[in-house]
Amino acid sequence: MAASMESKAEMGAVRAVSAAAPLALRILAECPVSKARACDLILPHGTVNTPVFMPVGTQGTMKGITADQLQDLGCKICLGNTYHLGMRPGPELIEKANGLHKFMNWKRNLLTDSGGFQMVSLVQLSEVTEEGVQFQSPYDGKEILLSPEKSIAIQNSLGSDIMMQLDDVVSSTITGPRVEEAMKRSIRWLDRCIAANKNPDRQNLFAIIQGGLNAKLRKACLDEMTKRDVPGFAIGGLSGGEEKDDFWKMVTLSTDNLPRNKPRYLMGVGYAVELVVCSALGCDMFDCVFPTRTARFGSALVPWGSLQLKKKQFAKDFQPIDPDCQCPTCKRHSRAYLHALFKTDTAAMHHVTVHNISYQLTLMRSVRESIIEGRFPEFVRTFMKRMFPVEGTYPSWAVDALASVNITLDGACSGQGCDSALC
Amino acid sequence: MRLELRRVLQGCRRGVLTGVGRSGDHSLELPGCLLYTRCGTVPHLTHQTLHTLQHLPAVTLIPMDSLAEHQEVLEEFGGGMGKFAGLQNSVIFCSLHDSVAPHPTGYNTNKTVSVWGSGGRIELSVAQYMALQRAIRPDWYQSLADGDTQQLSTHKRVRKSVDRTLSNLDQCLNLHISTEGLRGSEVFGVVEGGVMLEERVRSAQETAKRPVGGFVLDGLHSRTVSQELRSQLIAAVTKELPEDKPRVLLGVGRPDEVLECVEAGVDLFETVFPFQVTERGCALCFSYDLDPDPESSVLESREKETKIQQKSGDDTLENQEEITQFEMNLKDKRYRDDFRPLVKGCQCYCCKNHQRAYLHHLLVTNELLAGVLLMLHNLEQYCSFFQSLREALEGDKLNALKKRILQRRE
Ligand SMILES: [Zn+2]
Ligand SMILES: [Zn+2]
Repeated sequence: MAASMESKAEMGAVRAVSAAAPLALRILAECPVSKARACDLILPHGTVNTPVFMPVGTQGTMKGITADQLQDLGCKICLGNTYHLGMRPGPELIEKANGLHKFMNWKRNLLTDSGGFQMVSLVQLSEVTEEGVQFQSPYDGKEILLSPEKSIAIQNSLGSDIMMQLDDVVSSTITGPRVEEAMKRSIRWLDRCIAANKNPDRQNLFAIIQGGLNAKLRKACLDEMTKRDVPGFAIGGLSGGEEKDDFWKMVTLSTDNLPRNKPRYLMGVGYAVELVVCSALGCDMFDCVFPTRTARFGSALVPWGSLQLKKKQFAKDFQPIDPDCQCPTCKRHSRAYLHALFKTDTAAMHHVTVHNISYQLTLMRSVRESIIEGRFPEFVRTFMKRMFPVEGTYPSWAVDALASVNITLDGACSGQGCDSALC
Repeated sequence: MRLELRRVLQGCRRGVLTGVGRSGDHSLELPGCLLYTRCGTVPHLTHQTLHTLQHLPAVTLIPMDSLAEHQEVLEEFGGGMGKFAGLQNSVIFCSLHDSVAPHPTGYNTNKTVSVWGSGGRIELSVAQYMALQRAIRPDWYQSLADGDTQQLSTHKRVRKSVDRTLSNLDQCLNLHISTEGLRGSEVFGVVEGGVMLEERVRSAQETAKRPVGGFVLDGLHSRTVSQELRSQLIAAVTKELPEDKPRVLLGVGRPDEVLECVEAGVDLFETVFPFQVTERGCALCFSYDLDPDPESSVLESREKETKIQQKSGDDTLENQEEITQFEMNLKDKRYRDDFRPLVKGCQCYCCKNHQRAYLHHLLVTNELLAGVLLMLHNLEQYCSFFQSLREALEGDKLNALKKRILQRRE
């Protein structure tokens, strides 16, 4: 309640990015060294502080965590998957329940994907035509066509605060004419999605930049899509197993060409190092299933990597997962207890899920604070040193990506033009 | 620890246990239930979710089955199981067997009793059992017992079970006195005897002679004994037990069975039944309201009719025979678009925040949150049922409550 009233007040003060969009972006600070920025993203269900990590609640639930727990962790926006929710319980039922927020009783913002990615990755028998993605329902075998119009219709039923356009997804490792076809088709589908949105006053539609790992195609896609007055942009088609050197170059090319006054969402990215580096490259929003999925396997994220709590070495380790972590799990339980509980009950997973979501959100809050306080490059250096304490173990892509935005790491040399004192 | 009996009505004991726990500052209303956990955790729940419930049992039950494999860890930790599990302010009762887990028969000997952990069977002598209790540091614990009797066990086997259990108790009590770390803990003696009345009585008489803090009635689980026989055996046993000590019955939890066992003189149960209901995707929805408003009871009976009618239609459901009349099966299609809370007026987190349709969705998609929300609701309902039972005993309304609980039986 309080959140939505507050957002209304703010909406009055800050101009929305376009006349009709129910979204406003207030840039609070820009890092003077890198492209990092800290913003307030004002949405129908409250303000989101960026850079932000958005946990993924695929089927209208966050993996054993209650909506109240998620809210208590400070989460202001999470994801739902259109493909899954469109299948079960289906858009009609969610409409009857007055939208996904009400159905799952989540009072803050929701972002839904288009369903296209799941379709191509999960369903074997799918075929993409100009009309849309044709596939066979895994539940009843029926042939279903997911067109841009259909995807938006489902997302309109779900009532998410941010909807994603249906895009033509190709694997990021594919090359050749299919990449160009997919990029161009994604532009045509964007126009169809914009036309199909029944609730432009309540639901923001984001475009998805495609173009694979080809800079020319990406640039063409950026030029074309930024002509549309959409409320925000996503960088798509990455984080699918491509070389990290290609990945960051596509990200930075995208942020270079996206409008300053609109949010930038890097899809499917969620490892801590990627979050920090891509924040430096100017991305505002991130999502990934990794932190919650890995939690269920007993992997707890910490500033120095991760702890595999099921391993015997933690059986008699009576410290919390991370002594500095303020989450409910770390305040009450030890690694040893969680190790023991993993043999007994699913609550062990819930404990680690809570911790991992807390870790991701806390990390992003620290990124944001450092940007606002003008010490982001220093933050990055400290973060990287803790994550890779052994000299010479920084991943080279991260070193290069950071160097490209003028952040040099202690003890790392990016080659020519390096001004590190150690060089 | 002191047991004050406020009144006895139709065999039911309404009382209060005070001075509970090593600190002595907890109390427990009788009849009541113990909070069932495994390894100190209520299945599916974290401290945060569990404590959304207002009226939790004051005593937490932890079966040895879930602890024995952690002996070394607990010994090295040194602070006891309560602290290890983050249960700093709870009273802990360590029982022997997990009522829900399967226990293969035929493993107990004159010297040892077996428990089953995640890594399989662990054989415990009295000395090993007491070493474990020393590491666990419970407020209450039951003595080591041989409850491995079946309805068809021979008289010889049943007598052996009673003898072994008494001998175990004597050894436990001996070690208890000399164990510094167990000072202030209460030992509960275990009454065995299978379904043989004279062995039950002998076990009760002998156990009552020992300096125990209370009694555990073992080997009377739902699956092995009919309720009629169980009531007879319990009544015969409780007649032999001192009035001022609590009697705990583990493994029995259906509301109708609870009522009959309370009438036979039982004081304490465990919250195993709401867990079992949760595991089959069901929600407790029985009425234990002593003063139902006439309007809602009409609606209820109408709903009940349609329920019975529809029930015959969907016998494809697995576990159908296990589902009792006290619960609704939320996997059933009819809840797909039912936007009501599980139980109107229920104060649990689930009912205050979610609808049947959402629970149905979580169950058909196999989401972990289903177990969390159902466990919360079922615990709330079950604890409220005990609250209602205590009020009925105070207000002379036991028969009205019985009628309400049993009305759906036929
Ligand atoms: Zn933590
Ligand atoms: Zn409830």
